[in-house]
Amino acid sequence: MAHPARPIDAELPSRRIALVDLLDRVLAGGVTITGDITLSMADVDLVKISLRALLASVSALAGPEEEGIR
Amino acid sequence: MNGDLGVWAYAITEDDGDHDISWLTGVAGATVRATRAGNLTVLVSDVDLAEFGEVALRRNLEDLTWLETVARAHHQVIDAVSRLFPLLPMRLATVYTSDASMASVLGAHREQLLDALRRVGGRVEWGVKAYAVPEAEQENAVSVESAAAESADRGAGLAYLKRRKAQLSASEKSWRSALIGARAVHAHLSGLAAATKLHPPQSPQLSGNQRPMMLNAAYLLDADAGTGFASQVAAAADAHHELELDLTGPWPPYSFTADDGEEGPPPAGQGA
Repeated sequence: MAHPARPIDAELPSRRIALVDLLDRVLAGGVTITGDITLSMADVDLVKISLRALLASVSALAGPEEEGIR
Repeated sequence: MNGDLGVWAYAITEDDGDHDISWLTGVAGATVRATRAGNLTVLVSDVDLAEFGEVALRRNLEDLTWLETVARAHHQVIDAVSRLFPLLPMRLATVYTSDASMASVLGAHREQLLDALRRVGGRVEWGVKAYAVPEAEQENAVSVESAAAESADRGAGLAYLKRRKAQLSASEKSWRSALIGARAVHAHLSGLAAATKLHPPQSPQLSGNQRPMMLNAAYLLDADAGTGFASQVAAAADAHHELELDLTGPWPPYSFTADDGEEGPPPAGQGA
């Protein structure tokens, strides 16, 4: 299939991909045929949970006041 | 000190590996190489099992700095190579003990991998996130200051409660209209895509946006369809004031490597 070149130097350096968007994809997507050493689904969930806790503690200052919606 | 080496896999391709990829640097600064696995080519690099072995991996993934560095390095390789030829990205942290071991595992799933490659290879994914815009921000904002000033008066308690109740019902209303809007936007964009995938909504702590996320979707598109798609998203943003839309991409087709139910559950309410 044709794969037109994308302008590499036009857009890449200026815009840094948000880590959370990247992790949505590289931790939950991708081919999952297991390696000899690899993350099981449960491990991925653990990573996400601890990541969430980590980021929450980092950004605690900006803590959300609005409950009710979620 | 060098320990035993493992093989970190980035992506699978049908390409015969004719392209020069020796300039690519992968995780831990290792050189990326192409290795054959049956009639597939796998892009890999060698990793030290002292850092990327099972136990170390589990520990290191808890380290946000380590995780970010590795995730970005993994992505950088896949993203760069996806511009050269169609590929299937591997999930982060797929590590084999040797090329031979990898070839035997992947060889056993050859047909499945070829199917997936033909389905998504050469296509790209675009991400669309929708946040609910509180009604208060669309028109009359009730400021915390005015509520506080009022509470100095007697009888202010009742007034505050009334005001608070009004706020809550307004926020309920804007949540509902955002939900309906998100569903409409998703339905429209899905019609433009070869496949769609819903990711769980991100929490405000992770997204960095305090507004509730109603939709976190990925759309699989032909590589040249990005401009048209972006303008459709812009048009949707204009039409839906109850939503803030955020477009990301193009991504390598991470979200579409599995041939599972591509129509997930309906958007939003998603998290519930």
